Amino acid sequence: MDDLPPSLEASALPAPASVPPSRGHGGGHDGDGHGGGHGDHGHEHHELGFWRSYIFSTDHKVIGIQYLWGGLAFLYFGFGLMLLMRWQIAFPREPLTWINISNHLAYQWDQIWYHLGFLSNAPTTPVPVPADPNDPPLIQLIFGKDQMPGGIMTPDFYNTLGAMHGTIMVFFGIVPVAFAAFGNYVMPLQIGTVDMAFPRLNMGSVILFFLSAVLMFGSLLVPGGAAKSGWTSYTPLAAISDQPQLITPHFLNLFGQLPVLVTTETPFHRDGYSLFGMHYLTWSQGHAFKWPLWLTGQSVWIIAMAFNITSSLLSSVNFITTIVQLRAKGMGWMRLSFFVWTQFVTAFLLLLAFPPLEAAAFMQLMDRLAGSSLFCPEGLVVGGTPLPNSGGGTPLLWQHLFWFLGHPEVYVLVLPGLGIIAEIVANNARKPIWGYNQMVYSLLVLGFLSMIVWAHHMYLTGMGTAVSSFFQLTTIIISVPTMVILSSLIISLWGGSIRFTSPMLWATAFLPLFGIGGLTGIPLAFNAPDTFLHDSYYIIAHFHYVIAPGTIFALFAGVHYWYPKATGRMMSEFWNKVHFWPTMILMNCIFFPMFLQGMAGMHRRGFDGGATYELLNKNVLGWNWFISESAWLMGLAQIPFIINFAFSWKYGRKVSDNPWEATTLEWSAPSPPPHGNFIGPVVAYRGPYEYSVPGDPTDFTPQSEPPATSKPIHISGPHPQDERSVGFPPLT
Amino acid sequence: MEIPYTLTARPDTGLYNGKLGIWLFLASEVMLFGAIFTAYLFVRLGASDGTWPDHIQNVWYGFANTCILITSSITMVWAWVALKERKFNTYRLALGLTILCGLVFLSIKAVEYYSKYEHFGFFIKQEAMDKYQPELQKMGAYYGAVNPFWKGFEVRGHLHEETPEHFVIVPDQSPSYLVNFAPKDKADSAPQASSGGEEQTLTIDQSDVVRYGRLLPKYGTYYAIYFLVTGLHALHIIGGVVVMTYFLTIGARMYKRSPEQLSNRIEVTGIFWHFVDLVWITVFPILYLT
Repeated sequence: MDDLPPSLEASALPAPASVPPSRGHGGGHDGDGHGGGHGDHGHEHHELGFWRSYIFSTDHKVIGIQYLWGGLAFLYFGFGLMLLMRWQIAFPREPLTWINISNHLAYQWDQIWYHLGFLSNAPTTPVPVPADPNDPPLIQLIFGKDQMPGGIMTPDFYNTLGAMHGTIMVFFGIVPVAFAAFGNYVMPLQIGTVDMAFPRLNMGSVILFFLSAVLMFGSLLVPGGAAKSGWTSYTPLAAISDQPQLITPHFLNLFGQLPVLVTTETPFHRDGYSLFGMHYLTWSQGHAFKWPLWLTGQSVWIIAMAFNITSSLLSSVNFITTIVQLRAKGMGWMRLSFFVWTQFVTAFLLLLAFPPLEAAAFMQLMDRLAGSSLFCPEGLVVGGTPLPNSGGGTPLLWQHLFWFLGHPEVYVLVLPGLGIIAEIVANNARKPIWGYNQMVYSLLVLGFLSMIVWAHHMYLTGMGTAVSSFFQLTTIIISVPTMVILSSLIISLWGGSIRFTSPMLWATAFLPLFGIGGLTGIPLAFNAPDTFLHDSYYIIAHFHYVIAPGTIFALFAGVHYWYPKATGRMMSEFWNKVHFWPTMILMNCIFFPMFLQGMAGMHRRGFDGGATYELLNKNVLGWNWFISESAWLMGLAQIPFIINFAFSWKYGRKVSDNPWEATTLEWSAPSPPPHGNFIGPVVAYRGPYEYSVPGDPTDFTPQSEPPATSKPIHISGPHPQDERSVGFPPLT
Repeated sequence: MEIPYTLTARPDTGLYNGKLGIWLFLASEVMLFGAIFTAYLFVRLGASDGTWPDHIQNVWYGFANTCILITSSITMVWAWVALKERKFNTYRLALGLTILCGLVFLSIKAVEYYSKYEHFGFFIKQEAMDKYQPELQKMGAYYGAVNPFWKGFEVRGHLHEETPEHFVIVPDQSPSYLVNFAPKDKADSAPQASSGGEEQTLTIDQSDVVRYGRLLPKYGTYYAIYFLVTGLHALHIIGGVVVMTYFLTIGARMYKRSPEQLSNRIEVTGIFWHFVDLVWITVFPILYLT
């Protein structure tokens, strides 16, 4: 298809797809203004009521926006859990009450003035004020006496927050936004098709995702609290957690109205199963009732993950089929935008890496509910009591199955971000991305290699040196294609006439910060330094640099970039700057000190932020409150974005169909695109990044624009003028 | 708005959407079952000596199920061919037979599950072995090897009665169903006279039992893997049967409107069904023949 003369392809079609730029000014939701000339579209659309249009819609654009709103909300929620944890890390075992907060604020205010020379006496460290037992603080009313007694966080609740933060951010925040939202909305538009290949399956994915989110967030409310074994749910810890005989009574007790756990019954009947093992609960009024084991935190976590995985699987089948089958005429493989390529590889990673976790989830569910021992070794002793299970399993098996998903998952998080950045860099540097071909090939190599590096998360499990060496080798190799892509993006800026639009701000911040994340991963790839750095704050800093200033910045960039396409309106540039600068600075204030803490040996899972081992790491403990306060400020710094995002939906400046003067196909559709996306058939006549083509009247040539000559042109690659598109400016 | 290539193949890929979709779905299914088979390898290779049951299943049940599933794959293709030739009645017959095969498979599976459920296994302390061994040998019953961790030997049978002090059990005697792990000569020297007579019971003191249970996942890792693999496979069979029943009844109305689309759907269902068949052909040797 790639090699066909475009004029021949076009001859079979009635009309070229170029749309007058005046189109699409109307911001209406129904798209009637655009579809009016095409009876099918308009007619079909009229029949759909509110529910079919916005809730149970099969339209890829509505589905994308559903994922976007959901994912962004979950991201903020997951971030909020971390903000709670940061209190405990900064001020361990201090009650989280207004008086303590204001004391700390006053103390630090005085510190600043003291260091500036305006105060003569150094302020004294505030003494924590205990809460009045008769007047419990708000935080205890919200989270219950069992999780925040007197406003002091229990270690188990800290673990719950940590596990839920990881799970929500990864599986309910970034994947839905980066893959599902942008992929659903943008990908079909960029390949020039009407919808996904299986629209109803797409709706099914949304419903499954919604159910999994309901379960996961609902698990915060079950007796015993939500999952508390880390987002990795390592066994046997996860297999035995929340077992009635081991449970400590916790409850997210909304103002004392819900039941609390008082007694328990052993699930390990000598005979048969613990499937029906129950907690005995009692209402605050004293009525006893039972709570089934399969509704405890870790079990619900597993069930919710099973729904989430199934949703991702169906989505990935849908994505791959769409990209393979529904490309528009002339849209050859090497004319796909880099973003579509990243979605393609990401979909394959999800398709092949998620099922092992689903299998592992079933097995862990069996370990928990049916009392089997697939992940429990023989002779397991918990709290001094030997567990009466059969033994014979191995915890390593869970780790292998988990990380077989877990590592490709890292690339699932990162690749769509790279795709978004590539679009934005090409568009705002006004030149083609440098080395499109090698970027695509690197991406494919990256996708393959990401499936065989998983055990570098497990160097300390005693797999053996031979296995470790193998995974060390593949891990080092995988940095090559990653560097090719990142370097190509940076070189793309060279010689461009860069426009610092809102998306480009985020993209330029992405490049170095993602680079820090990647480069700090290299010591972790080697056995020897990893032995020292494993499970320290260094790890936290490393992967957050990849994902937080990396992927999440790319998500912000993508939201700003495609917002005019989705709504017909522009987000405010001013409020974006108010959002961008504090976020960028505070992000580094949060994560950079963690490198120092980690290299000093601070353990990542200590619930008191390393205070227990104060003698070992007292030099870096001082960073704790600095990081925490940066995090809280960053929570505030997101408010301009929320306001900007929500208000621009209705009140933003109206713009034309192609406000960024971009080349890819989605900008040939009206904004917002009507049901069925394009007015008339779509043909891709050229590569995705035809910016600044010499001799062209404008500095961008849309993919859908027919060639000026009527003679057939033989186009074999994305850049017809290859000597231009790959060139550095001459170094004189 | 119409999605392209739902009915006809795209020229450059040679596939219609549904067919590519099901192959991708099967790729993920391969990874799903692949992970479980990997887990099987892990727990089997990691099992302590003598604790992994050997030839524990009734091979004939498994063999019958293998034959049934292969037959159903043939009738599945038959149904698709009949649709392609626009022979609607043949299609209904062939698809009906496929559903029937699926249901028979599930019934046999249910019988096997029930036999696991009604059996009990007892791990008896090593030091109490002398107390029960003569009687067990006299009855011709079979007992299993010593687990190095539990330090006990294993007796299986039906639980007759349970009191706070004793278990009264009828030990298993059929080597085709439960093969003992004891040395070969002991097994051969055991008299077989008792078969056919009235049930002989053995009374075991509760205090001698380390642990006991039905032959369910909790009993041992083998049973966990067995129920996991066959249960997941059975779920796939149930899914296939539900889909085929739909295409036999409500979905068959599509034949009047668009027979080609119906035959596409049957082809896709068939690809799935063959995959489920293939999984069973892997399950059968690793769980029944070893």
